[in-house]
Amino acid sequence: MNFPIISALILLPAIGSLFLFFSRSNNEKNTTIKYVALFTSLVNFLLSIYLWLLFDQVSSEFQFVEDREWLAGFVNYKVGIDGISILFIILTTFITPLCIISVNNTIKIRLRDFLIAILIMESFMIGVFCSLDLVVFYLFFEAGLIPMFLIVGIWGGTRRIYSAFKFFLYTLLGSVLMLVAIISIYWISGTTDVVKLYELGIDAKYQNLLWLAFFSSFAVKTPMWPVHTWLPDAHVEAPTAGSVLLAAILLKMAGYGFIRFSLGLFPIASELFTPLIYVLSVIAIIFTSLIALMQEDMKKLIAYSSVAHMGFVTLGIFTIQQQGIEGSIIQMISHGLVSAALFLCVGVVYDRMHSRLITTYGGIVTIIPKYSVLFMIFALASLGLPGTSGFIGEFLILMGAFKDNFLVAVVASLGVILGAAYILWLYKRVVFGELVNKDLEKMKDLNRSEYFILISLAIPIIFFGFYPEPLFNTIEVSVNNLISMYNLNLINK
Amino acid sequence: MELSIITLPLVAAIISGFFGKYIGDRNSEIITSLLVSIAAIFSFIVFYNVIVNQYEDNIIIATWINSGSLDVNWSMKIDPLSAVMLVVVTSVSALVHIYSIGYMSHDPHKPRFMAYLSLFTFAMLMLVTSDNFIQLFFGWEGVGLCSYFLIGFWFKKESANAAAIKAFVVNRVGDFGFALGIFLIFYLFGTVNYEEVFQQIPNITDQKLNFLGIEANTIDLICLLLFIGAMGKSAQILLHTWLPDAMEGPTPVSALIHAATMVTAGVFLVVRCSPIYEYSELALNIITIVGMTTAIFAATVALVQTDIKKIIAYSTCSQLGYMFFATGVGAYNVAMFHLFTHAFFKALLFLGSGSVIHAFKDEQNINNMGGIWKKLPYTYTLMIIGTLALTGFPFLSGFYSKDAIIEFAYLRGNTTGYYAAGIGIFTAFLTSIYSWRLIFKTFHGDYNNKKIKIEETHESPAVMLLPLILLSIGAVFAGFIFKELFIGYGETSKYWGESIFFLEPLSTKHPPIWFLVLTPILVVTSIPISYYLFVKNKNLPDAIIKNNQPLYKFLLNKWYFDELYEYIFIRPSKKIGLFLWKFFDIKIIDQFGPDGVSSIIKKISIKANKFQSGYIYHYAFVMLLGFSAFLTFLIIR
Repeated sequence: MNFPIISALILLPAIGSLFLFFSRSNNEKNTTIKYVALFTSLVNFLLSIYLWLLFDQVSSEFQFVEDREWLAGFVNYKVGIDGISILFIILTTFITPLCIISVNNTIKIRLRDFLIAILIMESFMIGVFCSLDLVVFYLFFEAGLIPMFLIVGIWGGTRRIYSAFKFFLYTLLGSVLMLVAIISIYWISGTTDVVKLYELGIDAKYQNLLWLAFFSSFAVKTPMWPVHTWLPDAHVEAPTAGSVLLAAILLKMAGYGFIRFSLGLFPIASELFTPLIYVLSVIAIIFTSLIALMQEDMKKLIAYSSVAHMGFVTLGIFTIQQQGIEGSIIQMISHGLVSAALFLCVGVVYDRMHSRLITTYGGIVTIIPKYSVLFMIFALASLGLPGTSGFIGEFLILMGAFKDNFLVAVVASLGVILGAAYILWLYKRVVFGELVNKDLEKMKDLNRSEYFILISLAIPIIFFGFYPEPLFNTIEVSVNNLISMYNLNLINK
Repeated sequence: MELSIITLPLVAAIISGFFGKYIGDRNSEIITSLLVSIAAIFSFIVFYNVIVNQYEDNIIIATWINSGSLDVNWSMKIDPLSAVMLVVVTSVSALVHIYSIGYMSHDPHKPRFMAYLSLFTFAMLMLVTSDNFIQLFFGWEGVGLCSYFLIGFWFKKESANAAAIKAFVVNRVGDFGFALGIFLIFYLFGTVNYEEVFQQIPNITDQKLNFLGIEANTIDLICLLLFIGAMGKSAQILLHTWLPDAMEGPTPVSALIHAATMVTAGVFLVVRCSPIYEYSELALNIITIVGMTTAIFAATVALVQTDIKKIIAYSTCSQLGYMFFATGVGAYNVAMFHLFTHAFFKALLFLGSGSVIHAFKDEQNINNMGGIWKKLPYTYTLMIIGTLALTGFPFLSGFYSKDAIIEFAYLRGNTTGYYAAGIGIFTAFLTSIYSWRLIFKTFHGDYNNKKIKIEETHESPAVMLLPLILLSIGAVFAGFIFKELFIGYGETSKYWGESIFFLEPLSTKHPPIWFLVLTPILVVTSIPISYYLFVKNKNLPDAIIKNNQPLYKFLLNKWYFDELYEYIFIRPSKKIGLFLWKFFDIKIIDQFGPDGVSSIIKKISIKANKFQSGYIYHYAFVMLLGFSAFLTFLIIR
């Protein structure tokens, strides 16, 4: 057998964290542990890029599949990737090192434990994106909760306990139902192997309940309206690196789940529930954009904007149009980069002024110009300006939605106007205007590591805005295959 | 060479934007001006080639978006239409770049300013040379972005920031319609490429579509959605509110973006899509109505404004209205002609007013000016030329283009056409009055400025006057020289080729002679009238104002559009947002969702705690209860 590259990707961060675990020092001055963590995550990033290069874009099969007996006769450890998974894996391995670099400025206590949590989480998240067995998927999906729960609960702000429990309660609620659904799939079909299930199909009479069970879990994680209220709280309390991981990757697990499982396994139910998704997505886009407009806390504003952006994603996925689904995937990748960058931007000023309130700031453009320029780029990407990755995703999603349902597309397009309003207004109040708060004068512009992080995020945002071809080439065959399989299932019914 | 027309401004923007700090202010100014000037020269060569050799090309630069059947390229389409726009954009832009060297000489952020100007030029060129709707949209939003940057250039001013956001968001409202139009096009034709779309249009002329419960003709729908976008960008009535506020930006910006180029993008869009619009009578009529309403609305408002730039801004708004009703009556070539001449004389007027503002050290209120024509002889003369051209004084450029619009409206021969012609003539008269009011109040009468002594006002430096002189040459001769080429009778289609589509050839008849001389006579007589009103007998206008207070207030407050929008859009949005957040999210979802659940759990656990009271009989009781429950369960099962 060949080198198990996928397992290596999953295990490497865990192994790295093991090293950290045996290091004795736990204070923030110890740079060695940081370098170990950084090294691990960078190697993993390179490995994932290598995987991308090896990946065959023309094949619609799962590739690099590893299938090992695990619980004899019951569950196999099965992992593999297609064009959709690989982009999320790269997103994960790309964001993680940036998070690790960012800790110098943000984490003041128990640095070692924090790094362990991040690396463990990276393992789990990669696991989510490549598991091809429902039980394996479930384990990774839920396990990812634990490090995040700890990150919010231990390194969070003043209301961290409340937020952490709210987060936990919400997500747990949904996942219990998903577990039940997975067990029943096993009873119905005798397997939890995703590839086999794709071939077998699931009896139409079970699909609706199973779809709803999966939906309850994914809807919370996305988060869709009205189960989104954990997100702003979790973001506000989480340390910067935590917010970044949460927004950039954790939220994408649900979108990925919708594509891989809801569409793939339950096409008939998906068709039935599409109106539900449309309604909830459109509500999310409009309502949360309006809410974002009125926020006083920068992090909350961006958190709410995330809900709106994820509303576009769910909308696009269920259009079952090539443009819609490809748009959703690109929107997720783009949002992963942009939201990460925006949370880091908030983190930068928070570290200096210890306030997230918009009113604290104003007129900082001359004091920290580099920061202001980069912040502007991310704000523009967030509002979907052509030439940034945000545009490609949003525009394709709306295009796909328009093919399916005029009304939904029209209402969702209104969100684009609001999206410009809240982010530009935020930017204006924070960066432009007269300098009123004299304390701001002491602010220092981006230091080297912050500059590096933000530039590394800005480059792909702009590059893929002008030349998204590599992304399209990677996902095209897989999305095509997904749609034709979906339609085939509907016809067979 | 063709590609370098687009890339040179981009290179200029990058150099000045990212390296301006290292190469210094002066070098940034020289490099950006030089590169854009080269692009302008190349544009003239291309234009010449198009005229003489009927040169056309469609260069594919790279793939942009390729998703399923959607295939979008970065492209550069050169045809008669885009060639005209290339010349307008690059030449005005080059002159504005040069002018800015003088105008912004006291500003601490010169490289940034020059970078924005160049970036704007790049985006505008992407817009006009696109061969598909999505690249057009890229340029469309790109110019909107640069406009946002430049309006808010003086970032410390609260009003400038507010105006910048307003411009962007109002434009987004237009873009909302525009984007829907693009979606509809893609939905119907499976492509967004101009030529492929235009080819399929004649096949669907009778197709109906149920759109949001309304049964509509498909082509009408496409046209109207695209036109919403055009209304936003070209500041037509209802979506015009951002343009006057945009005057918060530095004056060169107003000349380039808010007079000569960006705001004409809407007109360009309609002309570019003439193969679609020709099949939609309804859309053309609506465009005519919107255009003429805007023309007269903006002219009435301009009559009473006191800010020199706002007057010119409303004038721009009004002239754009002319261009639109020209397209509405099917005279696309005339609309382009007016766009072309307007670019010169309006940029001239803006830059001239900039020169005046510069002389008064940032004073913009015309009531605080006056009597300085001797101090600013060049500016004065140039402004007069601009005004004559704008008002359509015989044989200057505006005379040819504006009168042609009115004539074609008349020749259209239907009701909307006659209305448009009538309103066009009346608006021309108003235009003349407000323009001369501006001149007389600014340059004649008594010196009214209290802050600066008249001796301190000074003529602008040569670097500012040179672009003005070049523009004034255009303002004087552009109409006369290009008249035959653009709107020549009989051989209309010769220059435009296939870039403009006429379902039926334009009428070649001549309107009656009385009609032809009516406008010029009005325009000429308005000069002494204005002189009398604003210089000789100043009490008369004041008396008119006193007797018509409500009307005056109505005009002064710009027909109360801003107040109306504040009331029906902005405030409710904020209130709804607040309600959804404070009430819906926190009071309802959280209260009954996670907080509710956790409080119930807490209550139960407190109850459970109470059981651990230490008394034997409590435990015994619970055990008994449990045991009986267990038994009951077994029995029932």
